[in-house]
Amino acid sequence: MKNILKFALVAFLAIALVGCGSNTPSEEDPGTAAGECEFTVGLVTDTGGIDDRSFNQSAWEGLQKWAEEAGAEDCISYLQSSAETDYEPNLRQFGDDGTDLIVAVGYLFDESIKTIAPDYPESHFLVIDTTSDLDNVASAVFASEQGSFLVGVAAALKAQEMGSDTVGFIGGMESDLIMAFQAGYEQGVEAVDPNMTIYVDYANSFDDVAIGQSLAQKQYDAGASVIYHAAGNVGNGVINEAQERVGAGEEVWVIGVDRDQYEDGMLEGGESSVILTSMIKRVDTATYTVAKAAAEGNFTAEIHTYNMAEDGVGAETTEGRNLSADIIEAINGYRDQIVNGEIEVGTTRYITNGEHGTVAEFRALAEEAE
Amino acid sequence: MLKKYEKIIIPLVAIILGLLVGMLILLVSGLDVGALFSGLLQGATGIKSGSDLNLRYPGELLVTAIPLIFTGLAIGFAYRCGMFNIGADGQVIFGSLCAVSFALLVPLPGPLAAIGTLLAGGLGGAIWAFIPGILKVKFNISEVVTGIMLNYVALYGCNYFIRILPGSTDTKTAEIPLNASLESEFLSSITNNSRLHWGIVVVIIATILYWFIIEKTSFGYQLRATGFNKEGARYAGIKADRSVILSIMISGFLAGLAGSMLVQGTFTWGRILVASESYGFDGIAVALVGGCNALGIFLSGLLFALLSVSETILQVAGIPREIGQIISSSIIFFVAIQYIIKFFLDRSFKKKKRAVSSKEEAA
Amino acid sequence: MDYAIEMLHVTKEFPGIIANDDVTIRVKKGTIHALLGENGAGKSTLMSILFGMYQPNRGEIKVNGKTVVINDPNVANDLGIGMVHQHFKLVDIYTAAENIILGREDKSMFGPLSFANASKKIKELGERYGLYVDPDMKVEDMTVGMQQRVEILKMLYRDSDILIFDEPTAVLTPQEIDELMEIMKNLKNEGKTIVLITHKLKEIKRVADVCTVLRRGKVIDTIDVASTSESEMAKLMVGRDVEFKVDKKEHEFGDVVLKVEHLNVKNARGLSAVKDLSFDIRKGEILGIAGIDGNGQTELVYALTGLSKVESGKVYLNGKDITDLSIYDHYEAGLSHVPEDRHRHGLILDFKLKENYIVHSYDKAPFCKHGVLDNKEIDKYASRLTEEFDVRSGQGIETIARSMSGGNQQKAIIAREVDRSSDLMIIVQPTRGLDVGAIEYIHNRIVNERNKGRAILLVSFELDEILSLSDRIAVMFSGEITGVKKAEETNEHELGLLMAGGHSNA
Repeated sequence: MKNILKFALVAFLAIALVGCGSNTPSEEDPGTAAGECEFTVGLVTDTGGIDDRSFNQSAWEGLQKWAEEAGAEDCISYLQSSAETDYEPNLRQFGDDGTDLIVAVGYLFDESIKTIAPDYPESHFLVIDTTSDLDNVASAVFASEQGSFLVGVAAALKAQEMGSDTVGFIGGMESDLIMAFQAGYEQGVEAVDPNMTIYVDYANSFDDVAIGQSLAQKQYDAGASVIYHAAGNVGNGVINEAQERVGAGEEVWVIGVDRDQYEDGMLEGGESSVILTSMIKRVDTATYTVAKAAAEGNFTAEIHTYNMAEDGVGAETTEGRNLSADIIEAINGYRDQIVNGEIEVGTTRYITNGEHGTVAEFRALAEEAE
Repeated sequence: MLKKYEKIIIPLVAIILGLLVGMLILLVSGLDVGALFSGLLQGATGIKSGSDLNLRYPGELLVTAIPLIFTGLAIGFAYRCGMFNIGADGQVIFGSLCAVSFALLVPLPGPLAAIGTLLAGGLGGAIWAFIPGILKVKFNISEVVTGIMLNYVALYGCNYFIRILPGSTDTKTAEIPLNASLESEFLSSITNNSRLHWGIVVVIIATILYWFIIEKTSFGYQLRATGFNKEGARYAGIKADRSVILSIMISGFLAGLAGSMLVQGTFTWGRILVASESYGFDGIAVALVGGCNALGIFLSGLLFALLSVSETILQVAGIPREIGQIISSSIIFFVAIQYIIKFFLDRSFKKKKRAVSSKEEAA
Repeated sequence: MDYAIEMLHVTKEFPGIIANDDVTIRVKKGTIHALLGENGAGKSTLMSILFGMYQPNRGEIKVNGKTVVINDPNVANDLGIGMVHQHFKLVDIYTAAENIILGREDKSMFGPLSFANASKKIKELGERYGLYVDPDMKVEDMTVGMQQRVEILKMLYRDSDILIFDEPTAVLTPQEIDELMEIMKNLKNEGKTIVLITHKLKEIKRVADVCTVLRRGKVIDTIDVASTSESEMAKLMVGRDVEFKVDKKEHEFGDVVLKVEHLNVKNARGLSAVKDLSFDIRKGEILGIAGIDGNGQTELVYALTGLSKVESGKVYLNGKDITDLSIYDHYEAGLSHVPEDRHRHGLILDFKLKENYIVHSYDKAPFCKHGVLDNKEIDKYASRLTEEFDVRSGQGIETIARSMSGGNQQKAIIAREVDRSSDLMIIVQPTRGLDVGAIEYIHNRIVNERNKGRAILLVSFELDEILSLSDRIAVMFSGEITGVKKAEETNEHELGLLMAGGHSNA
């Protein structure tokens, strides 16, 4: 009577049977934690997956590095969240499975960790970019201001090379975390050239590409030669704008964030990029270090700030790209000074959102206000 | 005879075909099809062979289903009244803002706080829905156009207000007072620490009310009449413009309750959204598959929630989480082309009938 | 004698219905052959098959003795078959000549259109058949009758010898009908063959030679018109005896129920549609409003029922000023309304029959208590109305109104409005598109209500209907009443003149 229904049912059952027949556990599946492991690690990402070319990916790479060394390739797995509501169930999934170390990437996880970690006292947790004082949770934060200082140096030197006196900064949300990027950048620029004007704008978003592009347009039009973005996807708008301008014969630059964004800024032909350098946050260092320590029984529930000294943050200085040898040398010089404590990079920013000027001007204003 | 069951058969065929697509893709990719079903079973019941029953899974299933059922009811209600409330997404967001603001700014004793917060969310959604309603009535502007635009206004506008609430960080508000939330120690404890909250009771009541108002009251009669034929309703003496506005406001109220659920149940704080979480749009699918009928929406809300919560389990079993989305989308697709399914059903039904009658003639 | 058309054993099935069941008709050359039948009897389907718009499941078609396959209207055209559709297929902004030659343009490869030959041919045709049309007039400026003549000329211009007329008189004034009848006779005399689709017996009697009666897709009989009476034909068509005259007794009228004073109404485009109208209706009286569609009748009814705003003037119902009341309060004041458009206003098509019965009373006892519908009461009421008014439908009171036939839809509306026992009934086009059986029934119901003492305003574009039902007749032309006559003291001719705008000197 209902051919289509019948057909659907038969096909359905046939496939279901075939599927049940071949009930071999999928041994080679990369994402599966097998039962034979001494120590298992689970990574819960936010809505970006482990191939997001950003810190989720970086975190996964750190775990892979540990697994390779420890011969435990089958003992790491990940769960990608589809929405914020998935954070808790995903963490609990690993908790229920008795996973030894559960890694949560991103500060959006702080509430969920607070709720869940106490329910799984047998498991250890690692949160990235946020802090927790629970006794089975380790926290990894990064001295972003130090890395930002170095790219500030690069920006100012490049501007000078080009005969310009203006650079720019575009942030995502105006939060403490991002303002620390701005603070480091300001200090780096000022260290090279105290008279350099800096434009500062926040997009109030981490993924609106269009806003990124229009803010970049504004800053480049105002004479900025280099823009440092700390704004996630918004940065792609900045890159787009720079690519268009370079395509039209202008010379402008973008500084990437979190990881090496050189590939993202490739120009047509694929031979050069608008990315001058990138501020690098070594999330992989954090996951690798904590996984290694925990597997060896040395897990400590501390808040660890990954700084320049431990290679937790830095500036990308691959030779033969857009940085001249002189600039690379200068960056390395400043890097050493930060590592050995000669320069201390603060986290207070001075130039307010939407304004521009030298750091000194705004510092004076701030002091006056006090 | 076929007509009578059509409303049930078509979504069922669509669901089976959707699962079929999922299975075919798994087969072609050489993945374990059995895991899909054991994953779905585990997501729905918490039963997994070789391990203990874990009621957290059905608990989380309900948590995910609650807002989906609410937006499904919202879309369904508007649809039954002749409107396409694509602005439900914005109503969810604005409802959330109103709920969290009420919870944080208006301290009330005992359960009054929870009830007040719940209603604040609903009213917020209703107010947000009033805008397309009044524009439709006064200026004949399609609620689809205004709805879509208001979704963006809500998304970005509400982020601003969430941020200026006392105690907000750059990602979320302070936690709402305990007595304003719907969290339940009891429900959580019987479902192995899931986030299951009293919203489940609210959604059941809302589903029953939906059915009752639409099918059983003179008010529902009036709204449905206006929805089917506005001029006809006007002729009958019904205040059609008023009905249009009321319909979309009730729809908005239901969407706003989805927002309350997120604030009071799923989370216990308001959130800055970087992008829409598309509860409103998922509601369209829920209503479509549920045939805009109360029980149907409730069940299809559970189905979509199941496909969504199973993603985690499937990932653990080494099946890409996208398979859940592929199945949901296929189901929506097959329901959307229901006319084609209907055509085939009709045809095969008729063939059979003709065969029977010719046999009778021969006999 | 030769046959122009033979359709032999033609069967056409649609899903769930057999529209034509083994139908055989033979049309002799040079005759007018009528196809008579109620709505849904299969007349239009049969002609659509002949014109190539449908393919029959079985059967054979012969044109001028040769078996043909007509799978496209163009094939029909090439065979010399032309069709004058009920809804004219003309381009409004083109002139008559442009419309007539459309698709048959006489042109050199790159040159401009040549009208010289065309105009000449159109003039010739017009003179030969008595089809007077100004070739340079735009269609939008023409009366309906003129437009129809353009349609006919279009067929003749294409050298059609067989002309199909689909319900050609539905939109015409009595005078225009007379003219059309003359034209058809002329065409016949010039050797053309005509098939006339109609359900109006009078017309058949006037022009047709032979008549084939269809009922429920089957041929009932083919008769010689001259030797058959109208009532015999009606009986063949409906399947039972039909009473033409409604039983309307003389009686005294009572108090004034509806009083309209200097009413002015604007239409949707803001133009004045009803101009300074005044009239009244008494208890037990039917006032018929005659006139051609579009002369302000619709706007008048909308204003009286509250559906649209009154510009100026007053409307009193039982002495109470109802001019500015809401639609709902109009009904409360004692008015019921059988609307002109049963799909747009009369019914909620996607509602069940029983739900449609209570559109005015869904919120009142006994159907609704404290806001909750009482389905038992509704079912009881719906069953009573359905039985009393003989409304037939597939699943009884549970039937979705959309799936009911037009006649039964109309009966349901009449049932609902009559049962409300209002003092004033406003009834518009109560029998449009209905068949003889249903018309008879509805007419009796209306007169019955009059006899009970209701005041009735009847608006109809069918002059027969107005004449047979009304006590008094007011003719509307261009928003004004051009004359008020007592029904027994007037006739079609006089009313026809008034409908065309001529004031009576009486």
